[in-house]
Amino acid sequence: MSADDLRGRFGGLLDRDVTLVLAVLGAVYLAYVLAGVAFGYGLRGQLNSIANLTFYIGVFGMLALALNLHWGYTGLFNIGIVGFMGIGVYVTALVSKPPVAQGGAAQVGGLGLPLGVGMVAGVVVAGLFGLLVALPALRLRADYLAIVTVAFSEIIRFTMMSRTFQSYTVPDTIDLTIAGVQLFSFDPTADTIGLGGGGGLILNYPDPLEALLRTLFLWEPYMGFVGFVQRTLIPNNPKPVIDGLLYGVLLLVGVGLFYLLLSRTGKSPFGRVLKAIREDEDVANALGKDTDRFKLTAFVLGSALMGLGGILWYSSRGSITPPSFRPNITFFVWIALIIGGAGSNTGSFLGGAIFAGVLYEGPRYVKNLVETAFELGDAPRNFGEAVAAFGSLDPVPFILYTLDSVSQLRLVIMGVVLIWLMHNRPEGLLGHRKETASSIDLSRPSGEDASKAATAADGGENR
Amino acid sequence: MWGTRPRRSGREVVNVLYVDFTRYFEECYHVSISETYVRYRRTLGEDPLAIGVVLVALWMAWALVSGLWTGGIRVSSLASLVWDGLLRGLIIGLAGIGLSMTYSILNFANFAHGDYLTSGAFAGMATSYLIAGIGENSVGALLLVGAGGSVFGGAIGIGITTSPIAVVLGALVAGVSTIALALLIDRFVYKPIRDESGIALLITSIGVAFALRYLIQFVFGAGVRGTTAAGSVPRINVPAFDGTFRITAHDASLIVVAGGLMLGVHLLLQRTKLGKAMRAMSDNEDLARITGIPTERVIRTTWIVGAGLTGVAGYMFVLWKGTLGFNDGWLLLLLVFAAVILGGIGSIYGAIGGGIVIGLTASVSVVWIPSEFGRAAAFMVMIVILLFKPEGIFSGRTTA
Repeated sequence: MSADDLRGRFGGLLDRDVTLVLAVLGAVYLAYVLAGVAFGYGLRGQLNSIANLTFYIGVFGMLALALNLHWGYTGLFNIGIVGFMGIGVYVTALVSKPPVAQGGAAQVGGLGLPLGVGMVAGVVVAGLFGLLVALPALRLRADYLAIVTVAFSEIIRFTMMSRTFQSYTVPDTIDLTIAGVQLFSFDPTADTIGLGGGGGLILNYPDPLEALLRTLFLWEPYMGFVGFVQRTLIPNNPKPVIDGLLYGVLLLVGVGLFYLLLSRTGKSPFGRVLKAIREDEDVANALGKDTDRFKLTAFVLGSALMGLGGILWYSSRGSITPPSFRPNITFFVWIALIIGGAGSNTGSFLGGAIFAGVLYEGPRYVKNLVETAFELGDAPRNFGEAVAAFGSLDPVPFILYTLDSVSQLRLVIMGVVLIWLMHNRPEGLLGHRKETASSIDLSRPSGEDASKAATAADGGENR
Repeated sequence: MWGTRPRRSGREVVNVLYVDFTRYFEECYHVSISETYVRYRRTLGEDPLAIGVVLVALWMAWALVSGLWTGGIRVSSLASLVWDGLLRGLIIGLAGIGLSMTYSILNFANFAHGDYLTSGAFAGMATSYLIAGIGENSVGALLLVGAGGSVFGGAIGIGITTSPIAVVLGALVAGVSTIALALLIDRFVYKPIRDESGIALLITSIGVAFALRYLIQFVFGAGVRGTTAAGSVPRINVPAFDGTFRITAHDASLIVVAGGLMLGVHLLLQRTKLGKAMRAMSDNEDLARITGIPTERVIRTTWIVGAGLTGVAGYMFVLWKGTLGFNDGWLLLLLVFAAVILGGIGSIYGAIGGGIVIGLTASVSVVWIPSEFGRAAAFMVMIVILLFKPEGIFSGRTTA
């Protein structure tokens, strides 16, 4: 095999990855635009719908990539993702909320530091909690690790909800005086601080997007652009729409950075050890690698990235409440990863995009489409009334009830898709491309060609 | 040489082999029994976590004793917590038997187990509603367990004393329908991928859990409903030193049902070949198969026993606490896992004992910590057990 041949093959692979990603994204976006046309959306509605879709593609893509570091590369079965996300965004809120409590007596303040500091703190603390979980738990078998991590994420949620941590009154000055000598005096700006209990926290810090643009001195040009759009394209209040779009684009940039970081990590000597641990930890250990250390590092890095994912998901939401951090989100990310194929970074992102576009947001669009296409009345209140109409051979109430319950049925569909995938395609879309631990290609050239053909076929049909 | 060697009896050969093997093992791994003991002591000496656990235990004992001494903790309220924890533990243990059996025989952690419990509870309650309320209410509303507030359990008088037939039949239907559901799911979901790894099966079971839980919500609605005529359940107040604690008829029926079923499973596994076959399968499935054990039939029996107990546990849980929601089983699942891990996977006695320990932990821990963290305390107990004794505290005693 000549060097040219090899280079050509690499180029081809790269091309195909880019094409595949673009094809999948293109198809999803096209479907949403067409749905928008069917709904009779104007430009504003279309842009809103696209911004929303981009947001979910971004967050699920990021979280799936972070999970891929845990499961796809290292073989760590973490089902406590939502715990790390929650830690990230709660710490960000605590650090960045303004010190003076606003929004009524029930609300607590924060430290009032800039949002950037808060985000860094959130990521660091999520990583530290990753360390806290990983230090003892990494000795465990995969299924035990799973149970420990999901229990951890529930403990985090109980803590968010608890009255005990709801609010603390911060003393005006904190003095540390020993034997008459004042060692330390600190005047905290915060009045009250806490996790807000069941009511959650109002995120009354400056809008993240605005804070970012102001830091980059792009706020004035951005407002100018918004004004331009208002004059030419969308006359009434275009700012939220443009904000949403810009935030979505920034999330996609974030996904790109995640991808670069993780594929560089994966190809580094460090990443090769991780893959070796996934294949056979004992062998990696026997070859002189301190596998515990490698697992620990990988777990902490992945947890920190999950914290960042949580921050980017929730910090622009206006408020956060503990019920948002139920284990369901963890399983969503898992389904996304399994759709895409654990072990492949491209696959992880694709899985995130397909999950967000088809399974997460799709059912709602289908419901709206059906409701737009047919003039339907009100849905029955419960399953009984829906089924009762079958007595008079009238399926419409049942269909209406089904459409009305689409948010629950969406989860049923996810469950069935997960079962189907585990039966028929456990390696996911691109999982057969799982990177092996060796740095050189071990497969026979003919076998390689066959697997390439399979890739192309998948890219064509599995959308 | 070989010819002069004296012949040994079978038992002697075994003994020699055993001694040889022990020596070989010790030479290979440089350990001996006494060394293991020393290592345990060293772990305790070096591991900060172990010290932490011991310190926490000491602090808890001190806080309890001083609380009781000064009157900060009332004996009657402590007794009430213990009683509540015991009953909760019986439910967790009953549900845990099934989880433990499938975990050891099919070799995967079934995350859908909690939703089997919910299914049983709904099927059983629908039956009870139908029997207790037929004639005055529409059949549909009764079968949907009063979805959307169409019928109320209190109004039709669900309770062991007010409608005993409805309750007994409800419990039976809960068990039978959960068995049917488990067998159906096994046939179409787990059987085709029986030979896959435990992790693949675990992920699949998460899919089953999702589908089942939200189908239940689709059919029965999202609301949490009251299911029993809580006011008319007979109760007695048991005096306890500085007050009283309450025992209701539903407490008693829970104890009777759970105790009876646990005894039944014990006899079933002790007196029949089934228990032996199950042990053989959980040790080594291939070996069991070539020894002539009908593995598929054992698996089916496992599902039948496990799911039956789980369904009844779900029904008794709902009867006992008096409310029913589609999330009940999922919320209980992690506690059931904690119980099974605590008791040692595969051991039904471990599941029962672990269930009671976990139930007591979740209830009684509020003496020391805020009540929101009762379940968190139970999870912490599980995590500590996993770290120090992952084979469980009742290890060595597997199924039957």
